[in-house]
Amino acid sequence: MQPLFYGAAAIAILSTIMMLSRLNAVHALLYLIVSLLAVAVVFYTLGAPFIAALEVIIYAGAIMVLFIFVVMLLNLGERATELERTWVKAKMYIGPMILAAILIAEFVVMLSQTRVTAHSAGVVGPKEVGAALYGPYLIGVELASFLLLGALVGAYHLGVRKREGVSKGNHVDTYERRTAARGDLVRAGTDRTAGAA
Amino acid sequence: MLKGLWLIPTLPLAGFLVLAILGPRLARKPVAIVGVGSIGLSALASLLIAASFLASPPAGYAYTQTLWTWIDVGGFQPRIAFYLDALSLLMTLVVTFVSFLIHWYSAEFMLDDEGYSRFFAYMNLFVASMVTLLLGNNLLLFFLGWEGVGLCSYLLIGFWYTDPINGLAARKAFIVTRVGDTALIVGLFLMYTHLHTIDIQELMRRASQHWAGGSGLAVAAGLLLLGGAVGKSVQLPLQTWLPDAMAGPTPTSALIHAATMVTAGVYLIARTHVLYSLAPVAQEAVAIVGIATLILAGLSALTQWDIKRVLAYSTISQIGYMFLALGVGAWSAALFHFMTHAFFKALLFLSAGIVTNALHNEHNMFKMGGLRKELPVAFWTFLIGGCSLAGLPLITAGFYSKGLIIWQARAAASGSTALWVLSIVGVLLTSLYTFRLIFLVFFGDAKSRVSRKPGYAMKVPVIVLGVLSILGGFVDTPWFLGNVHRFSDFLQTSLPPPVEGQIHGVSELGSEGLVGLAFAIGLCFSYLVFLRRRNLAEALTARPLGKALHQFWFADWGMDWLYDKLFVQPVLWFARVDKQDFIDLLYTGIARLSELFYRAVRTTETGRVRWYAAGIVFGSVVFAAIVLFL
Amino acid sequence: MFALGLIGLLVRRNLIFILMSIEVMLNAAGLAFVVAGSRWMQPDGQVMFIFILAMAAAEVAVGLALVLQFYHLHKSLDADAASEMRG
Repeated sequence: MQPLFYGAAAIAILSTIMMLSRLNAVHALLYLIVSLLAVAVVFYTLGAPFIAALEVIIYAGAIMVLFIFVVMLLNLGERATELERTWVKAKMYIGPMILAAILIAEFVVMLSQTRVTAHSAGVVGPKEVGAALYGPYLIGVELASFLLLGALVGAYHLGVRKREGVSKGNHVDTYERRTAARGDLVRAGTDRTAGAA
Repeated sequence: MLKGLWLIPTLPLAGFLVLAILGPRLARKPVAIVGVGSIGLSALASLLIAASFLASPPAGYAYTQTLWTWIDVGGFQPRIAFYLDALSLLMTLVVTFVSFLIHWYSAEFMLDDEGYSRFFAYMNLFVASMVTLLLGNNLLLFFLGWEGVGLCSYLLIGFWYTDPINGLAARKAFIVTRVGDTALIVGLFLMYTHLHTIDIQELMRRASQHWAGGSGLAVAAGLLLLGGAVGKSVQLPLQTWLPDAMAGPTPTSALIHAATMVTAGVYLIARTHVLYSLAPVAQEAVAIVGIATLILAGLSALTQWDIKRVLAYSTISQIGYMFLALGVGAWSAALFHFMTHAFFKALLFLSAGIVTNALHNEHNMFKMGGLRKELPVAFWTFLIGGCSLAGLPLITAGFYSKGLIIWQARAAASGSTALWVLSIVGVLLTSLYTFRLIFLVFFGDAKSRVSRKPGYAMKVPVIVLGVLSILGGFVDTPWFLGNVHRFSDFLQTSLPPPVEGQIHGVSELGSEGLVGLAFAIGLCFSYLVFLRRRNLAEALTARPLGKALHQFWFADWGMDWLYDKLFVQPVLWFARVDKQDFIDLLYTGIARLSELFYRAVRTTETGRVRWYAAGIVFGSVVFAAIVLFL
Repeated sequence: MFALGLIGLLVRRNLIFILMSIEVMLNAAGLAFVVAGSRWMQPDGQVMFIFILAMAAAEVAVGLALVLQFYHLHKSLDADAASEMRG
């Protein structure tokens, strides 16, 4: 079990690093999927097989697929890769790496202050998880369902395209007016009455 | 009858209110009727009250009428109350009567002016304040009147406010008298703090009980009150404002700056005479101020070319006589001179007004001449007034009042030969400049054409005043000329008689004789220099010493220049230095500092998501560090 | 893992990458929960992970819809393009 754990952990970290440094969005997503699968293996070694399964199905399966679909929908192409090249430079990593290093250091300090006991090998199966979910954590389940419903409705509304034939009418598209007035918000509203016709 | 005392200040006040509110909408005639009528009624009231007072005097020769309690705080309860005794009765009578005549005169004099109703409103307010000053029975009411007359003086000097020079003169008057007023206020506070009352009569009683003769407090109070009186009554060293105050309309100069307001200081000192009796040092100071001013102003009057400025310096000089009389303890003499001076000085100003009006506002005497044919009324009344001023023996009021003062300057216990001699020199000077004025204006060749003759509203008041300038003196004459003592007897019901000192060497007859002689010398010399041989005057002033003296006396003995250097320039310098308002830097500095901080903080609002995310991370790192290590 | 996700969030400008980094961070947090639950042999850690999973799913849905709108508006996926403040 132990070597499996360390191996999977190493793969997870490595593939995350790879993901961060990719220029092409789809490549990065694929690396991310690899990372998630590795984390699923880690879960299995920790004695949580149910969670491992869930990780693969939902996280890597649904969420990442959603990502990929959106990326493909956007259809960015070569131009985006060029842009990424200009945006991601080596020196940009310095600041965040320092901050992250400090964070890790603090974490390590915190850990070292508590006694670490041996890792007990045991499996917490789906039966116990289910019992816990429908027992003390029932309200959490309900709330989670609210959340998902809200996300569903929100995503629908946000995703809808502008219907053809809807007149501009009284609706003033601030962004367009602003770009028309070259960033001067004061002048952006000057022909407001014209748009209200 | 005495119950109508409150009408005397209230009628002019009512006139003021009516004119202030409705004035601009009324035509000339109603304005004049209200303006002159209110004073006329007030004068009538004071006449009736005077008759009643003289016929059946109240107990103690004093009557107090309390209207209501003004303030009631702690133990401090000043009332609106009027106190009538011989002193205030005399002054009120003179003030209201002369005011009435002057108002009547100005109904015609100011006819062309746009600010007709404004003028009468201010004049009415002035009379109301002056009478309040005279009749008030406590120091607070007195001070109210004092400030009121100062305000009206300012308003009336700067009456033609569109010309900035007039505004400057008004401000100068106000500021200089303000210096005196400060001394007055300190004196009032001093007296209140130590004697715990502001009722004047009560104050005087307690002063004589608690303050020993010559005590420091009495001297201090006396000198401080003198300071106030000096400002208002245009004596040294605060006399610089009156010549410039001639920028106001002539009736104003006649009323305020000749007959009434400038005598407020005299009234103050006379009212608090007990204090001065307790502080001989202060009283001597009064006399010295009087005599010095007398001579100074007389010499300055000799060099002026503006007809009104001559009269202004003459006023300063004559009030010097009044102060001199107060200083030697001759209280009734001072008030006698006040009365006659009111008559003849108002007369002189009004006649001068007729002259300047006739010559289209020409004030320069050297451009006038030979007017005695064209303006007979003006000439005769001016002559009478001038003779009264100079003291033509036996027939003019001025002779008797001045003579009395001069005699007392010698005869009284605190008098001295030096004072006596100097005051006679003063008579010489007075005679000189007065006849210079008369000869230049009315005799000689005509230099300007007369365009306007006075109407009857301007002639009657001057004639009345002319009559009074002759007859007014006969209420008090020396023993060898009729021995009438009505005036002094009347006043002695409220003011003590002068303390007689050792008289040796000169008798009253001799004194009066010398006065007459001084008058005559002045007249002759004036005649010679200004009528017969004009070139003699020019020759005198052409020589270097003559020229220097002429300049010096013309510029009021350099006092304006001195005050400018001492006070005005430093203040202006500081204002220039402070132009950037560096004292305010403390506050603007605070504002700028916060602006700096704002700018610094503003750079953190970039609107970029990653920047904010970095901020969150940084914050959480710091927080974790704090939790871990502290 | 969390630190790595953090670095990714701060460095990348492309919105998609920012969202991916957020997913990494969420995953890392969930991992911590599961480890804790496994250590004490209790199902609570796994339960928490399930909730986190649900939340991540909802967030991704909405987030990607927003990305689509953003793209319509700005015609690019640059996170810095959304800055209108003149700070």
